[in-house]
Amino acid sequence: MKKTRWILGVVLTALAAFTSIAVTRPGVAKAGDQPSSAEVKIDNFSFGPTTLTVAAGRTVTWKNNDDVPHTVVSDNKVFKSKALDTDDKFSYTFTKPGTYNYFCSVHPKMVAKIVVQ
Amino acid sequence: MSDYIKDNLNKDGIDRRGFLKCMAWVGTGTLCVLKGGVLKSYALSDVMQHKVGDFKGDLSFVQISDSHIGFNKAANPDVTATLREAIAKVNALPTPPSFVLHTGDLTHLSKPSEFDTLAESLKSLKTERIFYVPGEHDVLDDNGAMFRERFGQGAMGDGWHSFDRNGIHFVGLVNVMNLKAGGLGSLGTEQLEWLQKDVSGLKSSTPIVLFAHIPLWAVYPQWGWGTDDSEQALSYLKRFGSVTVLNGHIHQTMQKVEGNVTFHTACSTAFPQPQPGQADSPGPMKVPDDKLRQVLGITDVNFVRGNHSLAIVDSTLA
Repeated sequence: MKKTRWILGVVLTALAAFTSIAVTRPGVAKAGDQPSSAEVKIDNFSFGPTTLTVAAGRTVTWKNNDDVPHTVVSDNKVFKSKALDTDDKFSYTFTKPGTYNYFCSVHPKMVAKIVVQ
Repeated sequence: MSDYIKDNLNKDGIDRRGFLKCMAWVGTGTLCVLKGGVLKSYALSDVMQHKVGDFKGDLSFVQISDSHIGFNKAANPDVTATLREAIAKVNALPTPPSFVLHTGDLTHLSKPSEFDTLAESLKSLKTERIFYVPGEHDVLDDNGAMFRERFGQGAMGDGWHSFDRNGIHFVGLVNVMNLKAGGLGSLGTEQLEWLQKDVSGLKSSTPIVLFAHIPLWAVYPQWGWGTDDSEQALSYLKRFGSVTVLNGHIHQTMQKVEGNVTFHTACSTAFPQPQPGQADSPGPMKVPDDKLRQVLGITDVNFVRGNHSLAIVDSTLA
């Protein structure tokens, strides 16, 4: 009984290892070029960087470092955060290539863009 | 140095010295008297000592603004306390205000608990009624639904409304909704059409008071301190002899006279913001604790029947 369980364990571990290599291999090379998620900081009523370029499939996270709430809203409403209080974050995963202009709907002078390649 | 306008070269009721002096008073208290379209500015200290009787009129009301209930950062960790001090200041006025205008940013994050605290605090105001317009902080996430339900009864559209008192026509406008990327405050077509109709039947001699959150003049567009379609709104008011525009948003007093229109912004009851361009951003400004009450305040407005004058008095919480 013990032996059967041991063999089953080995087989499952090997299967899992093989599967994970097979699945993750295409992504490994990309991960070397860029971190898996990118961050936009909100400081002093501005988004930084104002233009961020990422690969399709990437998740971008915004973090509000200001003492006042801001939002992250794309011009064509592809993504829209709730009001972000100090230290709050918002994330969106970009699947389609393109240029995504966005702004803060509370302080619309704050504009920036994400370029997805 | 005199405390009134000596050289009215441009017939706009304000001279350079007066303007600079006015600016120097920011946060210390200013009285501006509008008579026949001419603005006179006085130091509040002079008024309190000698001339307060001159400015009693048939109607007086108070403007408070930018309470930001819920804000708790370094610039003022207890905004409820300073709001209560502002209320005490109003309740101590020699002439109780007929009503109070709150020009927006009642709350910091539009939370129900913040609206609760504001409403509860304002119950102690000794006045008949409080009229509200929303600030951008009052319409987060729900497009102002909660604000309108609680503070906008009887209002139109996004919360705009008008009423008459003692022969003066008051109009509360909403310029914090549906803001466009890269733009400023916005009134929108529907509200502008309503405004045009609202004032169309009035005699040109009717004094008009407009109040809205974001300034209806270009204070500093780089920081969003202005309203994209305010010129359109003001074009409907050109025929009126006396127009007074009361705003908040910029957390400091500032005024300007342009033709028949006097623009005025009020202090916040919560925290100060920097003067235009004097900081990296218009965010809350931390001042030494013992200086905070000098940069917070209320605005008292008196109307004198007969000469159509509105006397605007800013006083700090210090």
